[in-house]
Amino acid sequence: MPKKKNLNKVMVIGSGPIIIGQAAEFDYAGSQACRALKEEGLEVVLVNSNPATIMTDTHIADRVYIEPLTVDFCEAIIEKERPDGLLATLGGQAGLNLAVQLAEKGVLEKYHVELLGTPLKAIERAEDRELFKETMQKLGEPIPESTIVEDVPSAVAFANEIGYPVIVRPAYTMGGTGGGIAENEEELIEIVIKGLNYSMIGQVLIERSVAGWKEIEYEVMRDGNDNCITVCNMENFDPVGVHTGDSIVVAPSQTLTDHEYQMLRSASLRIIRELGIEGGCNAQYALDPNSNRYYVIEVNPRVSRSSALASKATGYPIAKVSAKIAIGYMLDEITNAVTQKTKACFEPTLDYCVVKFPRWPFDKFVYADRTLGTQMKATGEVMSIDRNFEGALLKAVRSLEIGVHRLHMEKMDEWPDERVKKNLARINDERIFVIAEALRRGVADIDTIHDITKIDKWFLHKIKNITDVELRLTQESLTPRLLVAAKDVGLADRSIAEITGKTLDEVRTMRISDGILPRYKMVDTCAAEFEAATPYYYSTFHAQEDEVKVSKARKVIVLGSGPIRIGQGVEFDYCSVHSVWALREMGIEAIIINNNPETVSTDFDISDRLYFEPLTTEDVLNIIDKEKPEGVIVQFGGQTAINLAASLQKAGVKVFGTSVDDIDRAEDRERFDEVLTQTHIPRPRGISVTNLQDAIDGAADIGYPVMVRPSYVLGGRAMEIVYNEAELRDYMSRAVKVTPDHPVLVDRYMEGTEVEVDGISDGVDVIIPGIMEHVERAGVHSGDSIAVYPPQTLSSKVIYTIIDYTKRLAVALHVKGLLNIQFVVVNDEVYIIEVNPRSSRTVPFLSKVTDVKMVNLATRIALGATVKELGYHSGLVPPKPYVAVKAPVFSFAKMTDVDIALGPEMKSTGEVMGIDYHYARALYKAIIGSGMNVPTKGCILFTVADKDKDEMKQLAKAFSDIGFEICATEGTAKTIQAMGIDAEIVGKVHERSTDIIQMIKSGKINMVINTLTQGKHSMNDGFKIRRATVEHGVACLTSLDTAWEVLRVLSFMRDRRLVYSLALQDYVGGGDDLA
Amino acid sequence: MTLKGKLILEDGSVFYGDLLNNMKATGEVVFNTSMVGYQESLTDPSYCRQILTLTYPLVGNYGIADIFMQSRKSFVNGFVIGELCAHGSNWHYETGLSDFLTKQGVPCLYNVDTRAVTRRIRNSGTMKGIIVAEDVTKAEIDELFAVPIKKDVVMEVTTPEPYTIEAENEDAPFVVAMDFGVKRNILKSLHEKGCKLTVVPAGTKAEDVLSLQPDGIFLSNGPGDPADVPDIVEEIKKLIGKKPIFGICLGHQLIARALGAKTYKLKFGHRGTNQPVKNLRTGRVQISSQNHGYAVDADSLAGLPLEVTHINVNDGTIEGMRHTSLPLFSVQYHPEAAPGPDDNMYLFDEFWSMLKKGE
Repeated sequence: MPKKKNLNKVMVIGSGPIIIGQAAEFDYAGSQACRALKEEGLEVVLVNSNPATIMTDTHIADRVYIEPLTVDFCEAIIEKERPDGLLATLGGQAGLNLAVQLAEKGVLEKYHVELLGTPLKAIERAEDRELFKETMQKLGEPIPESTIVEDVPSAVAFANEIGYPVIVRPAYTMGGTGGGIAENEEELIEIVIKGLNYSMIGQVLIERSVAGWKEIEYEVMRDGNDNCITVCNMENFDPVGVHTGDSIVVAPSQTLTDHEYQMLRSASLRIIRELGIEGGCNAQYALDPNSNRYYVIEVNPRVSRSSALASKATGYPIAKVSAKIAIGYMLDEITNAVTQKTKACFEPTLDYCVVKFPRWPFDKFVYADRTLGTQMKATGEVMSIDRNFEGALLKAVRSLEIGVHRLHMEKMDEWPDERVKKNLARINDERIFVIAEALRRGVADIDTIHDITKIDKWFLHKIKNITDVELRLTQESLTPRLLVAAKDVGLADRSIAEITGKTLDEVRTMRISDGILPRYKMVDTCAAEFEAATPYYYSTFHAQEDEVKVSKARKVIVLGSGPIRIGQGVEFDYCSVHSVWALREMGIEAIIINNNPETVSTDFDISDRLYFEPLTTEDVLNIIDKEKPEGVIVQFGGQTAINLAASLQKAGVKVFGTSVDDIDRAEDRERFDEVLTQTHIPRPRGISVTNLQDAIDGAADIGYPVMVRPSYVLGGRAMEIVYNEAELRDYMSRAVKVTPDHPVLVDRYMEGTEVEVDGISDGVDVIIPGIMEHVERAGVHSGDSIAVYPPQTLSSKVIYTIIDYTKRLAVALHVKGLLNIQFVVVNDEVYIIEVNPRSSRTVPFLSKVTDVKMVNLATRIALGATVKELGYHSGLVPPKPYVAVKAPVFSFAKMTDVDIALGPEMKSTGEVMGIDYHYARALYKAIIGSGMNVPTKGCILFTVADKDKDEMKQLAKAFSDIGFEICATEGTAKTIQAMGIDAEIVGKVHERSTDIIQMIKSGKINMVINTLTQGKHSMNDGFKIRRATVEHGVACLTSLDTAWEVLRVLSFMRDRRLVYSLALQDYVGGGDDLA
Repeated sequence: MTLKGKLILEDGSVFYGDLLNNMKATGEVVFNTSMVGYQESLTDPSYCRQILTLTYPLVGNYGIADIFMQSRKSFVNGFVIGELCAHGSNWHYETGLSDFLTKQGVPCLYNVDTRAVTRRIRNSGTMKGIIVAEDVTKAEIDELFAVPIKKDVVMEVTTPEPYTIEAENEDAPFVVAMDFGVKRNILKSLHEKGCKLTVVPAGTKAEDVLSLQPDGIFLSNGPGDPADVPDIVEEIKKLIGKKPIFGICLGHQLIARALGAKTYKLKFGHRGTNQPVKNLRTGRVQISSQNHGYAVDADSLAGLPLEVTHINVNDGTIEGMRHTSLPLFSVQYHPEAAPGPDDNMYLFDEFWSMLKKGE
């Protein structure tokens, strides 16, 4: 029962799609909060546009609305559901902003909805720069000299007064969008213009830069009775200047004295009290490394990425406790979930060291500016735990999956010393590797590196501890004593093997025979002071005692999917969690291994045991040696888990589900061709090559354009369509490292309709929950396409063929569990593009809209059940009477220098879903939900490739017919005018003073339809136009297919009711009130 | 070459590590769960004759600085930790932790699985232990275990001579602080409040204290079992009712005994900086710094003129009390922090009000 007796029904707002700065942490927070509310007997109404989440499962909330996170939709839902309270502090900045808008527009008042948790006034006082400044000044808490400006001249004037460098921060944005550090007036003007555009209220803050100071964060909780506690403090490895989301972070702080620690803790408590926050809050400080001076940098009056990290770092469930506080509980009335005996009103104490390392998308965005600053660029993060910093740091490095297993990047081996030294000054994603390289070579000592980077010497000494042992490994013979020293600083067997020239097997064998084994320790919030009930463990080589009580029950390990990155998002965590739940339903102990602190899977009450560890063969085998499970499940953890299948099997581990050999038959080019020949399934012609010449010859033979990509990839990494030999040569030299072990695939590019299918098979029968048709023709990565369920344009012959091919492939590949297939349909003929015998990005979406428990069934089948036993028939599940549209969401605003044009390489970071009985409205919801700024009137710019001119004419006419003005560059405009349509001629980029870019900036162009003219090189006009649309928030469509669908929506919007909401439960339950 | 050493507990369990300076030790093994403040803990006289182990595994990160000393020296008998930081870093840094331990003559065993030690003590209770080099004989071990744990620890840590800390204002309230092992931050907190202080040795007679004509009396923290110092309790009996009194930690326990209550030994004590204390008068919870192995027995308060004002949220033990009619109150925990949170500084304000009322 909630403490607030007036509450029966509570609405929770989620954070929407995953974008840079707002990732899976809010699925974790939101799911935890919903469960905490249901536990109290409350009816929970959830709104979130992101289908790839656990929180939008129908068992997490009583009423789940997968609808756009806009005021209109939320008002409609509130009107319908009439909740008593609204909880908005768990949905990130998106949720918070929405709640503020609902309050300001009077919606909450109109429907008598109480804003639960932190009051609106507190939110405003933390978020509005001027109010925040006033509050801090009243408290006497120092903040850097600053001013709020609403225009450029005021910004320049203030900066001249306090001196450069200055930091620019837009008000009401997340992840620091649009901010930056300006060293001079020119930079300042540029950043301020951008920042003003991004701010919801057209304000930016200009403040004194304290770059180089220590950056410290505190996670604080407060209840309605003014009880306050700090959950955790954290220290950034990277000094102030790098966004905390892009910093390597350690918990607890390492270089602060008790005095400094308490000084900032007390400040945090004063701040949370003064603001009047009820729930969780995060405070960030800059601390002078040479005095007791500090500045408050930022306060987030809500659950944040840092609080997810703090929860995982300490075991203290901030979101859950925040939810309980919101419904009236006091901290000392809430049970500590970890000990089950003590209360939530205490401060967790750690007896280990936690390291968070960001995961950046620079492997995908090779042209992106890698410099790190105040604008966050990481898509995800990993966390690691050990009894020392070195061990935790190297675990984190291993968890990143960026092709390194220690602080060593192969490419730097070739760098001359001068380059290493020079790069110390570059603040980018590789800085820590450069530091290690400098220490390894001795080209710079700790004092020098400290002077350049301002990174505290404590951290630098730790890195040197690692490189010193590496040096010993190159000089001394590998004695047991040296091996212990190497494991002490966290080096993996693989690293030791690499450095000593031994094989991995030799090192592992020697280590095990010498009894150098990791021990497992518990995360318990209290440093063992109380007995804990949490099954949450980490490994360490610094221990005598192992705390894991290995059970004799049946048990299975589920491998998680690691950090969120482009191509492998929260969808795979969704799958891992459902697999764990399925195992537990079956009475089998489920053990999960994962390293992503943002996720639901690493919540300690999801599995029977959670190991917070890197997902590498060594780390996983160590756990298997300890637990001795029946086997592991790899098909739900994305490519991360699949990549471990072969080595685990080689080590004698049972891999449940589709066999390692069959996975290989699907992924290996030649073996897959054999499968296709055997099953008589056509595919676009293609070859696999291992050197440049073969690629050139092969492409000429197949005929351009061709699709090129490395084998064994996820999310179309480094995949491109090339139109001629020059582009092919460029691709081969730039994008891939081609070796006999890593062949490159060259395929004929077929322009047709792309179709995607997920199935669950036992190797005999296959359940096909649904078929999804992509809006964009083949060539746009499936993850970046708008997908529609059920298909809207496919003939029954095509659908029959797809079902047939799916069955054939499932049988031929002996699939035991999930498989995902992508087809291309050209002139009613079906060709296969690829098969993935594992869970896919679309599994959560499809599970939700079809109501087929895909992961649950797949898990049961992987463990031996059959389709028939589970009560299903082979074939397609009859399509539902409604339509669901999945639309991609991009984070281009955070990544400068990235081309936004869609292509075979995936670029989106998240997704939203629109669901409705009308296709056009489902589409409308998806497009609105994705944040695309679709204009209802105004001017559309057309600038398309020659090959698209004919189709463009029809489009232009259609847009003109519904009242849009059309503009284009001279040639295109004349073509349009020839059809009798008015078209304004605009100047090319830099052609005149009023060129396209100027027009976009000044708001004269409201939407751009642009198709790629040539090449991938970023500095052409098309690129500049596309980037300008991002910087100025103008919709830009780079596929004519998307444009047609936007047209459909715009036409529909003219004469239909747009806002209409039904809960997912209504749709899957049959839907009683049709629109 | 590092010297291997071990911590052996009375129950026979052994924990291995590296030994600094080849020194041995006998003492009662206790653990502290604070993540910062190792210097403050090491120099807190309440740890006198104990072997202190820290649960946080990285120790010495910011070195040692004179301003953080809580007494004239470290009184611990031994120090058992995880990593002993070789390169501390902080602008306060004056000397490294290992140099400090060496100079202070503190035996230190490091690279120890202190979580394992903590779990053992948590499960079996505080017990005696020894620190020795790895290759010692059984006879040496037996000999060390045979060393009795000294009981007159208060006398060891108290100031040998009285001394006075002048206040800034001439009309400042005058407090006599009885030093049973007082932490410097308590004196600093009282002084900063505005008090003039005279600190007197633990053995000072009540009449000598009263002859100084103080406005109030402060009874300090300190080491050991309150039952071991009956003479002091007798003197405190004579002080009660004469002047406003404020007691902290051992001072609190001694007041309880002086008023007829009982004290008892906790299984493994409260030592850390994250202990939640509920103020029963306000209903609010504050986080506190604690270091005590004994507590006042709640049942023994029946019929006594004492009201429980604070309890520990975790285990319900008494954390604070006040006299039902006299200006006298005391807390089991450390409002002066150092190490730990300063949530409870308001207690010095309360004492201050009592002193002011007495004027």
